Amino acid sequence: MSDHQTSVFSQIARAPEDPILGVTVAYNKDSHPSKLNLGVGAYRTEEGKPLVLNVVRQAEQKLVNDPSRVKEYLPIVGLADFNKCSAKLIFGADSPAIHENRVATVQCLSGTGSLRVGGEFLAKHYYERTIYIPSPTWGNHPKVFTLAGLSVKTYRYYDPATRGLDFQGLVEDLGNAPQGAIVLLHACAHNPTGVDPTVDQWEQIRKLMRSKGLLPFFDSAYQGFASGSLDTDAQSVRMFVADGGECFAAQSYAKNMGLYAERVGALSIVCKTADVASRVESQLKLVIRPMYSNPPLHGASIVATILKDSNLYNEWTVELKAMADRIISMRKQLLEALQARGTPGDWTHIIKQIGMFTFTGLNADQVAFMTKEYHIYMTSDGRISMAGLSSKTVPHLADAMHAAVTSMP
Amino acid sequence: MLYLFFASDESENVKKMKSCSADRRLSVISHHLLLPINDDEAAIIISPSPTSSSSSDPLFANTPRAPEDPILGVTVAYNKDPTPVKLNLGVGAYRTEEGKPLVLNVVRKAEQLLVNDRSRVKEYLPIVGLADFTKLSAKLILGADSPAILGNLVTTVQCLSGTGSLRVGAEFLARHYYQRTIYIPNPTWGNHTKIFTLAGLTVKTYRYYDPVTRGLNIKGLLEDLGSAPSGAIVLLHACAHNPTGVDPTLEQWEQIRRLIRSKTMLPFFDSAYQGFASGSLDEDARSVRLFVADGGECFIAQSYAKNMGLYGERVGSLSIVCRTADVASRVESQLKLVIRPMYSNPPIHGASIVSTILKDRNLYQEWTLELKAMADRIITMRKQLFDALRARETPGDWSHIIKQIGMFTFTGLNTKQVAFMTREYHIYMTSDGRISMAGLSSRTVPHLADAIHAAVTSVV
Repeated sequence: MSDHQTSVFSQIARAPEDPILGVTVAYNKDSHPSKLNLGVGAYRTEEGKPLVLNVVRQAEQKLVNDPSRVKEYLPIVGLADFNKCSAKLIFGADSPAIHENRVATVQCLSGTGSLRVGGEFLAKHYYERTIYIPSPTWGNHPKVFTLAGLSVKTYRYYDPATRGLDFQGLVEDLGNAPQGAIVLLHACAHNPTGVDPTVDQWEQIRKLMRSKGLLPFFDSAYQGFASGSLDTDAQSVRMFVADGGECFAAQSYAKNMGLYAERVGALSIVCKTADVASRVESQLKLVIRPMYSNPPLHGASIVATILKDSNLYNEWTVELKAMADRIISMRKQLLEALQARGTPGDWTHIIKQIGMFTFTGLNADQVAFMTKEYHIYMTSDGRISMAGLSSKTVPHLADAMHAAVTSMP
Repeated sequence: MLYLFFASDESENVKKMKSCSADRRLSVISHHLLLPINDDEAAIIISPSPTSSSSSDPLFANTPRAPEDPILGVTVAYNKDPTPVKLNLGVGAYRTEEGKPLVLNVVRKAEQLLVNDRSRVKEYLPIVGLADFTKLSAKLILGADSPAILGNLVTTVQCLSGTGSLRVGAEFLARHYYQRTIYIPNPTWGNHTKIFTLAGLTVKTYRYYDPVTRGLNIKGLLEDLGSAPSGAIVLLHACAHNPTGVDPTLEQWEQIRRLIRSKTMLPFFDSAYQGFASGSLDEDARSVRLFVADGGECFIAQSYAKNMGLYGERVGSLSIVCRTADVASRVESQLKLVIRPMYSNPPIHGASIVSTILKDRNLYQEWTLELKAMADRIITMRKQLFDALRARETPGDWSHIIKQIGMFTFTGLNTKQVAFMTREYHIYMTSDGRISMAGLSSRTVPHLADAIHAAVTSVV
């Protein structure tokens, strides 16, 4: 019968481990007691433990103890309350775009899902099929957009010499992009570099983009997590919406509500008119339905419960600020530890960079050294997750960096 | 600072610019500011951009309004109907005798356990999903003693219900399989074609339903699969075919299996109703297990939407049964490359509920009872509807109502008759005449029977 036949997939190649998630895989395999995982951007407490926010536990209890709740399919576009609250969160409750019904918001699977759905929509309906992404950017961005059907190009972003923004390069590259090209912008807390434009620089970027009709596509994965303020971290997005123009915004609740595995996010498309927004929404459904039909109920219900209740909302902002503050404190401690050791080099970027990650500036050899000798795990581009540090472990990291920098410069 | 740009397509931009009054104003202003400007260089403008507030056409201005989804649109229409006596027989979602959605007791118990366990966290699942869940899922469909499982020949990944499992499997095939055509039965679930097409496959159909007998057109099926190219992918409904409710007998499944294997075609099972069709989980998995038992390869998409009532939680899995453990392992590594750029990793809640239930002997037993109760209620509705039509002496043979299997009855009503029933009796169903038996109750059967009777006698 079929005993001696070979597999139809016998020639298939083994895919390499995902470079970011693979760090945790490697970390888990290591049995050394003082190993440190600074790979994935998932928040850890001072005790090194994952954190489920109090407001999330409260919301979940409410939901699960409500016997009137059912598990019927959500609409293709997701939970209506969630979508409304999400749009208000990023654009501001007083946003004219919202009041004028010009925003189409659909619930998606966290940031990744929002980017993919937006990318597929653009590949199908937009006349320009190229998206410009910053160099460097989150490792999954090129794959998401390529599989969505877009061409990916890069614009200069990070300047390794200053460890800051290569603003001139950015302006030049976007200036040379074709009219109408899509441009991916990290709303705040750029991943992996932590380098964000200043408000003035954002304004210049905005003017340039609008003059060339470039379409902004914001990736907002850290609202509230970067500065500790939800409104401050949304400034870049709101600046673009305020000029009356169009844009895309992908929101994730993985980090700022600690809902990582529940896959909660939203894609908003700000349009010129309510009619266009309505037609755009109808077309988004045709992207979603053949992908997974409709989005998962649980995480979005938690978010909606919190955003709708003023007590829970306030409690959330306090917990969010505490997380952001702990990270800022880790930055300070690491800088001081390196200064105390007299580690060669300028390490001030550690406190200048914003958000969960520090782009250390360490090279791949130094990174490998730190993993081998000190059991410290990070992505090979030298990005470390500050959220994975604690007062207890900062000294170990500082020792490792000192050793790496002095023994392999 | 003023930025001056030469538009790459000058004349078009100029035309656009001159057509918009705001831009005309701008060009006048710029004319005053940037003297002297030669009219030939009219491309020197401040901002003829489509995305500024002073631009011409909005983006997506010409994007057409997409039609409502034909299946989900039924509920949309139902909800808009203000009539008190209306009936929604559209979407395949179970309803109790009281017409209410049902959350299974075991699901509520499992949820309580999960949410009250303070040691539980919400960290990202692996790309392939919750390990316990995927192991148990494979056992559920293949049988705990399956040699394929014991031999590590199966790779299982958690996906978003049935739809997500089909989409991930199809994208994998479009990328790694040499045959890019998938054969789907005619008719089939309305979303199948779109899923496979967007995944990158070409869709063809094979004959399936015979409207004359209201049963399986086995001859047409075997002919069409017999004419298909070697190696083509074949979509098979594991049980409770949607929308027809017509399933092959065991003998017919064996004929289908032999034919598919002889042409080395690749079976892709869609299992959305395991346990829901006959009331027995093992019974409803027989077709799948028949194929796996011969040692050959196949794909299986599983959904827990109906049999665990977890619709909105989007729980499902894709299993690929391979010839060797090494192939299965490599296949799994490639599945991750499909999933990561789609949504990174799957949602934790629903899979945790399923896993909690499947792992616990008491919860599992309780589940099988609740599942059988749902299946039995549907079988009862079939009987009641059939009896009601006979009592009214509605012309025609209606025995297919009790012969068909699963949640749906393919009534055989045509689109005119369906439209009549919606208009006159406020009964909502998909235009192919498919009704969800799960949406019926003893109370509402008479209303439906009256409507069918009226449609059949007055509309031809």
